[in-house]
This record gives sequence, structure tokens and C-alpha cells, in this order.
Amino acid sequence: MSVLINVPETAAPGEIVTIRILIQHPMETGFRTGRDGALVPRDIIESVACLYQGEEVFRADLFPAITANPILSFHLRAGETGRVEFVWTDNSGVTARDGRLLTVA
Amino acid sequence: MIRAAVLAGIVLALPAGAQDRRTGYDDMSPALQAMQDDPMNPAAFWLIDGEALWSEPAGTRGQSCADCHDAAEDSMAGVAARYPAWDEEQAAPVDLNGRIALCRDRHQGAGPQDRADPDILALLAYVTHQSRGMPLTPDPDPRLDPARARGETLFTTRMGQLNLSCAQCHDDNSGGHLAAALIPQGHPTGYPQYRLEWETLGTLERRIRGCLTGVRAEPFAPGSADFIALALYLQSRAAGLQVETLPIRP
Repeated sequence: MSVLINVPETAAPGEIVTIRILIQHPMETGFRTGRDGALVPRDIIESVACLYQGEEVFRADLFPAITANPILSFHLRAGETGRVEFVWTDNSGVTARDGRLLTVA
Repeated sequence: MIRAAVLAGIVLALPAGAQDRRTGYDDMSPALQAMQDDPMNPAAFWLIDGEALWSEPAGTRGQSCADCHDAAEDSMAGVAARYPAWDEEQAAPVDLNGRIALCRDRHQGAGPQDRADPDILALLAYVTHQSRGMPLTPDPDPRLDPARARGETLFTTRMGQLNLSCAQCHDDNSGGHLAAALIPQGHPTGYPQYRLEWETLGTLERRIRGCLTGVRAEPFAPGSADFIALALYLQSRAAGLQVETLPIRP
């Protein structure tokens, strides 16, 4: 499973920047049946959070109706230079994280 | 030069209505076009995987694609615009999907490959990306002509319980609707494509399988001669249109 994160490399102090994350994930609903007629187990991301300067700046709860390979986009006010860090958790409790450095100058 | 002349001949041979050709991209909503134009679209995952696989040793010989072909940016440019092409060993036409599977079997020693294998699909996306924006240029090899003619026959042959030919929808009624879905002209400019309905990347073969089951006909077997024939005809019908990557379709 890959992830693509879009954070501008540099920003001016106080500038509002767009942050985007695209996560490769099947987002299997748990409502569908496979070829054998049995339910395909649910496999979805349940929450995505973004941390910046040691503070949670964004959180989203995801549900079975969300598309596979979801993309999330939001705005952030640039403060100090630091990592924009994402943490996401699936319904089996597995957590992954990745981030990018935002240089504020 | 010769190829350009052949191309001009094919374009002139098209029916009058085909001069105003529209791709699936032209017919998409601005929102979906923006999604395709954004390099951060979900098809990018297959491109990333394909790029990694290109230089990763595979099979019993431990050779990578790059060991023979070097940088894909140079060696694979225009390949996706030209395929299907003639395979000497099989003495039959082969599409790019089949060529990649054959290469893995013959040169890397990885054994017979499933055409729909995720690795093959990722390599297909990566190789196709090297032809981005290039015009579809049918291979002028005359040995392909019988298959191309067979493809045209298939295109205009009524099939399935609904007794419809490809041409009845995609030539005669393109621009109209089947329920809410727009009927496209059926130009294979954007394959493999990330289809929102599939929520994954899929090939032209998968798309045509959807059409055939839609008219309740028996789908072509994977990589069958009939499918390659139809792909050859579709490509000559779309000659000159640009290869799209990374394609998104509804």
C-alpha cells in the first residue's frame, strides 16, 4: 500500500497552504459477497489524522461508503518549519504514518 | 515517412462521421477531466509500482526489464501507441499486455503469466506512460492486416442475446445515452485506465468484456485472437488520437 502526500516545500509565515493525501486502500465495505457467496470481510480506513507542530490540525472519520483509494484535502496555516505528519488507522487497528517537511521562511 | 503515409491512408479510409472523433476524455465532466489531469490521481499507484518493477530482477534468470531495455523513457517511448504488433515466435499478433507477459516468460524465465496479474498491469501502465500524448500509430506490418480485417468484421457483427454489434452503439449512436451513461465512440486512447466503477486499474480487454456481458454475449477468452483482432481494428479506427495517461473514466 502506497501513499501520496502533497505538501508545498516552502510557505511564507501565516500563508494558507493546501495539503492533500491519497491513500492506496481497497476500502472494502464488508457488505459485498465474493464469488463463493460469502461476505468479503470489511477492510476500511477508519480514521485519518494530521499532526503539525505537535498539534492535531485535521481529523476525518471514514466509513464504508467512502471510495477505494481515498483522497483528502484541507487547508493549513503555515506556522513554523516542521513535519506535516499523517496517521491513519484501519478497522483491524493497524496504524500507518507518513509525512512531509514544510519549510516556512 | 512510410508510416505517416500509411497513417494518412487509414485516416482517409474512415467513415465520414469519424472525422469528428471524440475520446472518452472529451466526453467526461470537467471534474473528471481535472481528476485525470492531476498527477495525484489513483492511477499513479500503478505507475509507481511499474517504475519500481521495471528495474527489479524477476524470474529464474534474475533479469530486470531495464537489463535489456535500459531506460524506459527512451526505449519504450511510442511503443504503446504502436501495439498490437506481430510476434514472430507465435506467428500471430500480440497486444502490449501480452507482450509484457511473454517477455517475463521468455526472457526473465518467470513462467507463463496471468495477463491480469497486478505486476503485469503495473508494468503495462508504466510502459504506456512513456507514450503519453503521442498519436496512436497502427503498425504498418502487412501480416497484421488479416487480423485487423477480422476485427472490423467483429465490430460490425451482431452478438449476444441483445443481438447488438459494437458499431450499432459506438458508430451509429455514440453521443446518445444508455440509461444515464453516455455512449462513447469507443476509441482506445486511455488504457489501462482507472475506472471509478471498478475502483481499480483495468485493461481494454476488461472494458470489452463489460460490453460483451452487457449485450449478453460470451466474452472473448483472455488474450484470444478475436480480442487482439478487435483491439487492432479499434486502434486503426482511432489512429492519430493521442495516448492518454493516467486515464480516469467514470
